[in-house]
Amino acid sequence: MSDGLRFDDVAISRDERLLLAVDARIPPGEVLTLMGPSGSGKSTLLSLVMGDLPAAFRATGRVVLNGTDLTGLDVAARHVGILYQDPLLFPHLDVATNLAFGLPRGGRRADRRATVDAALADIGLAGFGARDPATLSGGQAARVALMRTLLSRPAALLLDEPFSKLDTGLRDQMRELVFGRARVARVPVLMVTHDEADAQAAGGQVIRLD
Amino acid sequence: MLRPLPLLTTLVLVGPVLFGLIGSILPASGLLMQSAETPFATALSWPGLPRALAISILSGVLSTLGALAVATLILAGWHGTRAFAVLERALSPLLAVPHAAAALGLAFLVSPSGWIFRIPANLLGWDRAPDLLILGDPWGLSLTAGLIAKETPFLLLMMLAAMGQADAGPRMAIARSLGQGRVAAWLKAVFPTIYAQVRLPVLVVLVFGMTNVDVAIILGPSTPTTLAVQVTRWMTDPDLAARAVAAAGGLILFAATLAVLALWWLGERAIGSVGRAWVWSGIGLPDRAARGVGLTLAGGSAAMVLAGLAALAVWSVAARWAFPDMLPEALTWRSWMRFGPDMAQTALTTLGLAVTATAVSLLLVIGCLEAEVRHGLSLGQRALWLLYLPLLVPQVTFLPGLQLLPLTLGIGPSIWLVLAGHIVFVLPYVFLSLQGPFRAWDGRLARVAAGLGTSQNRVLWRLRLPMLVSPVLTAVAVGMAVSIGQYLTTLLLGGGRVTTLVTEAVALSSGGDRRAIGVWGLGQAVAALLPFALALGVPAIVFRNRRGLRHV
Amino acid sequence: MRFALTLLAALALPTLSPAQTQPDPADWPAVTAQADGQTVYWHAWGGSTATNDFIGWVADRAGEMGVDLRHVKLTDTADAVGVVVNELQAGVTEGGSVDMIWINGANFASMKRENLLFGPFAEQLPNWRYVDVDGKGVLTDFTVPTEGFESPWAMAQLVFVHDSARVETPPTSAAKLLEWAQANPGRFTYPQPPDFLGTTFLKQMLIELTDDPARLSEPVGDDYDDVTFILWDYLDQLQPLLWRQGRAYPESGPRQFQLINDGEVDIAISFSPGEATTAIGNFELPESVRTYVLDGGTIGNASFVAIPVNANAKAGAMVVADILLSPEAQARAQDPAVLGYGTVLDMAKLSPEDRAVFDALDLGIATLTPTQLGTALPEPHPTWATRLADDWVARYGVAD
Repeated sequence: MSDGLRFDDVAISRDERLLLAVDARIPPGEVLTLMGPSGSGKSTLLSLVMGDLPAAFRATGRVVLNGTDLTGLDVAARHVGILYQDPLLFPHLDVATNLAFGLPRGGRRADRRATVDAALADIGLAGFGARDPATLSGGQAARVALMRTLLSRPAALLLDEPFSKLDTGLRDQMRELVFGRARVARVPVLMVTHDEADAQAAGGQVIRLD
Repeated sequence: MLRPLPLLTTLVLVGPVLFGLIGSILPASGLLMQSAETPFATALSWPGLPRALAISILSGVLSTLGALAVATLILAGWHGTRAFAVLERALSPLLAVPHAAAALGLAFLVSPSGWIFRIPANLLGWDRAPDLLILGDPWGLSLTAGLIAKETPFLLLMMLAAMGQADAGPRMAIARSLGQGRVAAWLKAVFPTIYAQVRLPVLVVLVFGMTNVDVAIILGPSTPTTLAVQVTRWMTDPDLAARAVAAAGGLILFAATLAVLALWWLGERAIGSVGRAWVWSGIGLPDRAARGVGLTLAGGSAAMVLAGLAALAVWSVAARWAFPDMLPEALTWRSWMRFGPDMAQTALTTLGLAVTATAVSLLLVIGCLEAEVRHGLSLGQRALWLLYLPLLVPQVTFLPGLQLLPLTLGIGPSIWLVLAGHIVFVLPYVFLSLQGPFRAWDGRLARVAAGLGTSQNRVLWRLRLPMLVSPVLTAVAVGMAVSIGQYLTTLLLGGGRVTTLVTEAVALSSGGDRRAIGVWGLGQAVAALLPFALALGVPAIVFRNRRGLRHV
Repeated sequence: MRFALTLLAALALPTLSPAQTQPDPADWPAVTAQADGQTVYWHAWGGSTATNDFIGWVADRAGEMGVDLRHVKLTDTADAVGVVVNELQAGVTEGGSVDMIWINGANFASMKRENLLFGPFAEQLPNWRYVDVDGKGVLTDFTVPTEGFESPWAMAQLVFVHDSARVETPPTSAAKLLEWAQANPGRFTYPQPPDFLGTTFLKQMLIELTDDPARLSEPVGDDYDDVTFILWDYLDQLQPLLWRQGRAYPESGPRQFQLINDGEVDIAISFSPGEATTAIGNFELPESVRTYVLDGGTIGNASFVAIPVNANAKAGAMVVADILLSPEAQARAQDPAVLGYGTVLDMAKLSPEDRAVFDALDLGIATLTPTQLGTALPEPHPTWATRLADDWVARYGVAD
């Protein structure tokens, strides 16, 4: 059933010009890294998986997530989580509410609170629930963003240059945390980056574009 | 040379409002005019007061909520789609259409003998219009609907301008990947930031909805009217004592406005906590339905305003046109020959006023912004409130005082007074349209130029302003549209001697000659649209070979 | 900055021209000499496009005499009175902004009472010699003696306008009107008082209903309730039968014509016998529209122009008032193709050529002849109009 994220002969082109072609499978818990300079179109693959590919691009082939063809499926129904280089915490909500944002419906309010508190403790931020996201350090915000995505129980995780804005010291910590969590949750990960160290830390297949 | 400008601008914004408020408070409390003994008691004992106040509040609050809801739904559900691009193109014309012209067009459209009802009338063979109270209904619902149709484009434009600061794209991607539908995601993740940006414009719409006169005269109830219309009637009563009553009425309306603003503020907080609870619940929205409602309401109200204008256009060339015919028996230029020359002449006065008021405002605004750059002289965070002051204090509250006080100094109603009045209302809009682009201009270019030995003045005239020509022209267009739409300012400060397209159009509305209204209303709409067309067209021509500057 | 200073300086400039010697109406050559080059602001109701066009024509005539006539279009005559009151209150006793007002009734009565009018001047105007002083009742205005403080320019008489395609036998009395409304609910309305035409309808109905119409020529007194009881009783019965069940009213006279054209009502009222014909010519009414008067006659009055005491261009205003009384202007005003107002002149006093112009006028399909119009009933004392309008507003104008 959970056979991960599969690209069946996927090709993306713009104005009749082929940007990239991928035929690959990412098993649960593993990482596929897409490397290439900016402008090589690597982010369009993320858009294709997310379901918000701009109208100027044309895609052929199929993206299959755990046996379900994603083609034509609404963004919200895909259960695909994404992390950008910025944590993009919602500035009008406190840290706890940011985490609650991705919680699937259902359950009593107290249970949901408990889940969020446990998640905060899990990333070493116990007691930070009422904080304004703007007061967090870069590393703290990145951890909250990761946890927010994980709490929504994604079927796949996309990483868009996720560590490029972190300090060198923090970078290793975050890589470990992200890839470790993905492995534990058995979530297939598609990462787009131009940092060789990211690919090495991920340890999975690497596709290079140029 | 630039240093006194921020102070002068503050005086232009605050002076008339304070001046006018004093001019209203004195007579209302029985001072200044001996003939009026107890103006407040007289105003409070007017039998129509409770109802008039209720209609004013109801139409103001409902129209603001309605316009906000429609603008939000369309932005949440459709931003970035092709349908939205079509609506966005209709935005400037819709905004430029003066309130009075839009209201007159709507009035013909929705009345029981109007275009919409003529369809069933033709199909079913009615020779008499149904006796339905649609226009001027006692609770002001048609007034509310008209205000929603006219204010939605304004709020939509303000929200669009705020989108840049809200990181809407990435936030939407995150929120949707977290399982939220399009509309729910926008409401939960983007709306709060946008609302914080457009809060003051929303309050302007609220105050305008509660206190406008021109739309309420045309679409509002008459038994009784809204309080603002009644205050205007008292203002023009032959009995001098009624003026003091008008001042008192204006202050009562002001008090009601303040109370509603306070309630609105409480409402914002309540909605805020409801919203947080909603985020916690994880519950979404029926996305398809919400998007459908948004598109129907926004498209519908845009279509109504445009169809109303089309109706005015047809009336202006109509020969005999009786119920239930969909179109006139014949077309004729007679109405244009009859009213055209007069209208063209008035249009010149109107444009002259608009150009002067906008030019003065533009000089003050650019001077202020440049003073900020050179001397760090900014009006601070409170400046935004200052800018909005003339828009947040109801016109019917301080304009009567503004008319009365100069008179006590021996300055009668005149075109100069009208011009000064227009500047008070044009300046904030010009400032608001220009401050963003002006401050966002890449200052490194100035440093590069200075390094090449260019003076600050030269940087301003040869670099900054030419590069900002598009926002400057847009600000000019906005300013002119505001000036062209000023009804009460022109009426009261001009003492009826200064006629502009809007005062003529509203005066004609009581007579109901739709052909004349068509000619005048169209003239007004075109006068307001022209600057917008230029604002779009000129940069496109000037910068046809400069890709980096074609951001429109 | 310099621009702002210029603006400030301009704002501070006195807009009031220096005091002029008061013109003497008896010395007409001096008046015309002084008028040459003056700008006259005529504050007149601007809700009727036909009237506006006529005033535009008068402006052309005035221009020939060196007077620049500007029409300040009012929605309510009271606006102009308010301006004058306001200015005088502020000490503007010279060079005021209102030079001439189209006026009658309560507005005239109050301005005359408060000494806000310049004059007397009317009877010294050269064209006064043509005025039908005895027959047209131009020496009193709503029972208040004019005493030369206002100059007449048009006769008005209340007429009923109906669409003959929809109403075969129009109701010709208050009682018949109520019966007709019962049979045709929602098909009649009247302009909302305090609009002068709406108020005239109230007065007309009061004259119809009261036993003692002569009482109305005296000011309102303690017997007001007894006199008007019958009117309110009548209106209470009529109101639910009106257009929109009386929950909304047309703002003005011309607006009713639009309602007839739109098929919303079948009967309207007008204060100008030729207005319906004019409106047909302007496509504003169907060609099947006709006018009629009530069996017991209808109220008539004259329209006047008056000059405020602080007017800036009194001489120019007198020249315009005189132009309005000229046979040429009067014939033009009476032409239904232009305005359709009754003349204030006495045909017997005119030269044969001038008389021929009047005789040649085609009154049009919807205009009654003077015989059909009958003798106009006198206006009640102005206090009645004010009181009736106030009372109406309290009863029907502020829905509960």
